[in-house]
Amino acid sequence: MLSKSKIFLRGTTDVLPHMLSVIPFGIITGAIGVEFGFDPLLVYATSLIIFGGASQIIFMQLLSGGASSLVAITSVGVINSRHLLYGAVLSEYLEKLSFFKKLFISYFIVDQGFAESNKYLKKNNSQKNLHFHVLGGGITLWFFWQISTISGIILGSFIPEELGLKFAIPLTFLAIIVNDLRKLDHVFVMLVSGFASLILFDAPFKSYIILSPIVALIAAFIMLRFKK
Amino acid sequence: MTWFSIIVSGIVTYFSRMAMIALIDRDMLSSKVKEVLNYVPAAVFPAIIFPGVFFNDFGLFVDITDPKIYGAIVALIVGFYSKNVIATILSGLLSYWFIIFLI
Repeated sequence: MLSKSKIFLRGTTDVLPHMLSVIPFGIITGAIGVEFGFDPLLVYATSLIIFGGASQIIFMQLLSGGASSLVAITSVGVINSRHLLYGAVLSEYLEKLSFFKKLFISYFIVDQGFAESNKYLKKNNSQKNLHFHVLGGGITLWFFWQISTISGIILGSFIPEELGLKFAIPLTFLAIIVNDLRKLDHVFVMLVSGFASLILFDAPFKSYIILSPIVALIAAFIMLRFKK
Repeated sequence: MTWFSIIVSGIVTYFSRMAMIALIDRDMLSSKVKEVLNYVPAAVFPAIIFPGVFFNDFGLFVDITDPKIYGAIVALIVGFYSKNVIATILSGLLSYWFIIFLI
C-alpha cells in the first residue's frame, strides 16, 4: 500500500515530461495577452480563473478583435466542455470522496493530468487514496502554468517564434495516446476523431474540439455493438 | 466588462470540470456508457493533434512536405517503441527543427 504522499509525488512525476510543452505554451499565452493590449493583471486572471490554455488565448483573441462577451464566453465554454468527458471517466475513482473534496479536486482537472492519472488509476485501481495522483498531477500542472504565464506577461515572448514551439502541443498529446496505437479498437476511434476534426475544423466557436470526440464516441458505441 | 467575461468563462469552465465528478451519481451511467468512456482519450486527443499537425496558423491545410508532418511521424515511431513521453516530444521537435533549420 502506497502512502498518500508517494501517490501525490507519482502524479507529479507523471506529468513533469509534459512541461516541455506546457511551459512554452504558458509563456506564449501570457505574452500574447499583453501583445493584444490587455492589462497584465487581466491576462493573469485568465490563468487563475479560467485555467485552460487554448481557451485563454482564444478568449483574449476574440475580445481584442472586437467580438462580444457572449461570443467569447460561449467559445470558452465550448472548448472546455471536453472536461465533462474527463470528469465522467475520473468519477469512477473519486466517487467516495466528500462533496467538498470533489469540488476542490475538480479545479485541477486538465488534459495532461487527466490523461496521466487515467493511465495510473486504471493500472492501480485496487489502491486506496488514488485521488492523490489526480491532485499531484493537477497541482503540478497548475503551478507551472501560473509561473509560465506570469513569465510571459513580464518578459514577453522571449522564446524565438522561429522555433515553432506551438508544435510541441500536438506532440504532447501524441505522447499521451501513442501507446494505445497497439489496440486496434482505439486506433479506429482515434482515426474517426482525427478525420472528424479536420472536416469540422471551421465549425463555429471552435466546436470541432467537442464535436469530433462526440462523433468518435458514437463510433466507439457502434463498434462495441458489432464486436459482440 | 472584460472582468465580467473572465469570471463567467471561469465559472462555465469550472462547471464543466466539476459537474460529472460532484453532481452526477455514477449509478446513473449505464454499463454501456461506462464501456464507451474507455475510449475518451482516443476520442479527445486526436481532435487536438490532427489540426495541430495538418493545419497552419491560418487554418489552411499544410503541404504534404510540411516539416510538422515529418516531425509527427518521427514522434509517432519513437513514442510507439520507447513508450516514453520525453523521447516522443523531443524526437518530434528535434526532427522538425532539423528540417526547418538544416534542410
